[in-house]
Amino acid sequence: MEVSINNIRKEFDRFAALNDVSLKIASGELIALLGPSGSGKTTLLRLIAGLDFPTAGQIFFGAEDASHHSVQDRNVGFVFQHYALFRHMTVAENIGFGLKVRPSASRPSKTEIRKRVSDLLDMVQLSGLEKRYPNQLSGGQRQRVALARAMAIEPRILLLDEPFGALDAKVRKELRRWLREFHDRTGHTTVFVTHDQEEALELADRVVVMSQGKIEQVGSADDVYDRPGSPFVFSFIGESSHLPVEVKDGTVLFQGEPIGVSGEANSSGDLYFRPEDVELTQERDALFGKVTASRRLAGTRIAEIDISNPGGSNNHEPFHVEIEVPLHAPIELGSEARFRPTRWKIFGR
Amino acid sequence: MTSSTAATSARWRVKQPSIIPGFGLTLGFSLAYLSLIILIPIAGLLWRTAELGWSGFFAILSDQRTIRALTVSFGTAFAAALINVVFGTLLAWVLTRYRFPGRRLIDAMVDLPFALPTAVAGIAFASLYAPNGWIGSLFMPFRIAFTPYGIVIALIFIGLPFVVRTVQPIMEEIDREVEEAAATLGANRFQTIFQVLLPGLAPAILTGFALAFARGVGEYGSVIFIAGNIPYVSEIAPLLIVIRLEEFNYAGATAIATIMLLISFAMLLVINLIQAWSRRRYGYV
Repeated sequence: MEVSINNIRKEFDRFAALNDVSLKIASGELIALLGPSGSGKTTLLRLIAGLDFPTAGQIFFGAEDASHHSVQDRNVGFVFQHYALFRHMTVAENIGFGLKVRPSASRPSKTEIRKRVSDLLDMVQLSGLEKRYPNQLSGGQRQRVALARAMAIEPRILLLDEPFGALDAKVRKELRRWLREFHDRTGHTTVFVTHDQEEALELADRVVVMSQGKIEQVGSADDVYDRPGSPFVFSFIGESSHLPVEVKDGTVLFQGEPIGVSGEANSSGDLYFRPEDVELTQERDALFGKVTASRRLAGTRIAEIDISNPGGSNNHEPFHVEIEVPLHAPIELGSEARFRPTRWKIFGR
Repeated sequence: MTSSTAATSARWRVKQPSIIPGFGLTLGFSLAYLSLIILIPIAGLLWRTAELGWSGFFAILSDQRTIRALTVSFGTAFAAALINVVFGTLLAWVLTRYRFPGRRLIDAMVDLPFALPTAVAGIAFASLYAPNGWIGSLFMPFRIAFTPYGIVIALIFIGLPFVVRTVQPIMEEIDREVEEAAATLGANRFQTIFQVLLPGLAPAILTGFALAFARGVGEYGSVIFIAGNIPYVSEIAPLLIVIRLEEFNYAGATAIATIMLLISFAMLLVINLIQAWSRRRYGYV
């Protein structure tokens, strides 16, 4: 099911939780809504589900305007952050609930429901646990029961709110891979909310980066990581440092000095670069500063560098940047390091 | 040998090693306190009853007036507790779910039956529901006061806070997500309430019922004013006990009290067992 979100605005007590958000989700896509808390990602998910209603704008399911359809009519599968299982019901009763409450005309027979529940249990690899109660299951098992329950109603789209938020790291990794396989097998249009960028980048076909009620960027993992569209995306996803620079006659000047980096158009702005996109150099036109710390990170070393700030902004606080250096590079604490960004982006102010 | 003695001694050890101090002190105090407040008076009651012997005891038990009084007491308390379960749960729902002006006032009013002298309530009810009272006159020729219906009304008043105060905190704990989950699965409001919310509240409702019922069985002050106290019709067992006491028939009084005690204990035990079972099963608090 294709979903399009057109100019959605949502206010809570006049505070705009979402501001003019538009998004097209293709049928069968796996989409991650990624952002810090308060960015409006869960609000957007709830609006798609029909658990909340937009202040302005429309939501289309295919060609049908679903904006004012009740949650019951939208037929969406929703997996809640804390699973929201019915704890007085067994696993089988939980999964069959959505079928049991259908009006008698469209309700499957008891044997059909039982068959469907056992198929779903197979699908989420929980066969044999149908008689258990939710409090007798582990977190990962509850998560999968919640998913099977949502899938039982044959939803048009599947929505997951922080699906792995409450699980420990190892189970989270396993379930992540499992969800990807599950999605590829069933082909449901799926939207999930997360604040964990690793999760979003690894799992989703497209990542929707959100901040302060707005969509900052929509794109594949490569897009948002390699070609960030805004300072927010650059600093939110992955590691990065930034410095105030000016561009004059095709060269980038930091504190009035060229740093061996070329730029377009005369302007002033912030130069953003990632730790791994720098090279150490001996040349004169480069950034330099004092190494204040260095730490080992898997196969590389990260050096923290303070670049002095005689210019007077920020009370002479030095600029703090982090760069990745080869393991055997001659970097010593207190010594001076000279380096140049090899990939960078300048965002104007 | 050594291992078996160790095992026996471990089995007989009451106190488990624990980091919480004061086990001996608190358990000792609890036992002494329970003895003074509950066990010794009840033992005295049974002792007095025992003076009757089995035949005397059964004579009082099979006396029509005793049977009628017990029926009225337990029947009205049961009916009142049932009604309280329905409307007390509804009231708790209103108080936890909606924010409206005067909510705190209503919340405070729920506790009034705890504080108000029950005789005052009884007199108020009697004058309101009497055939010539404000409310009673509306229902004529159907008589409310001075019949078992009047007793039920007094007991509803007395038992209401027990249901509201046990259900309310559990209701507040219900996660909104559970209701929303039911809605996303296609359940309408009615199905959500009766298949998802109420079963989850059942243990708390049951506790509220048990408390309201137990309170109703023992209630005296408010009932005697509205009941009319007609033997065989609207005479409650506690009143019959007082009548026997006034006749200096102490053994007769304690015998009725013992019967009440046994029936109440049996009913509360059954309710507790149901609760323990549901707690084990669903992991409720």
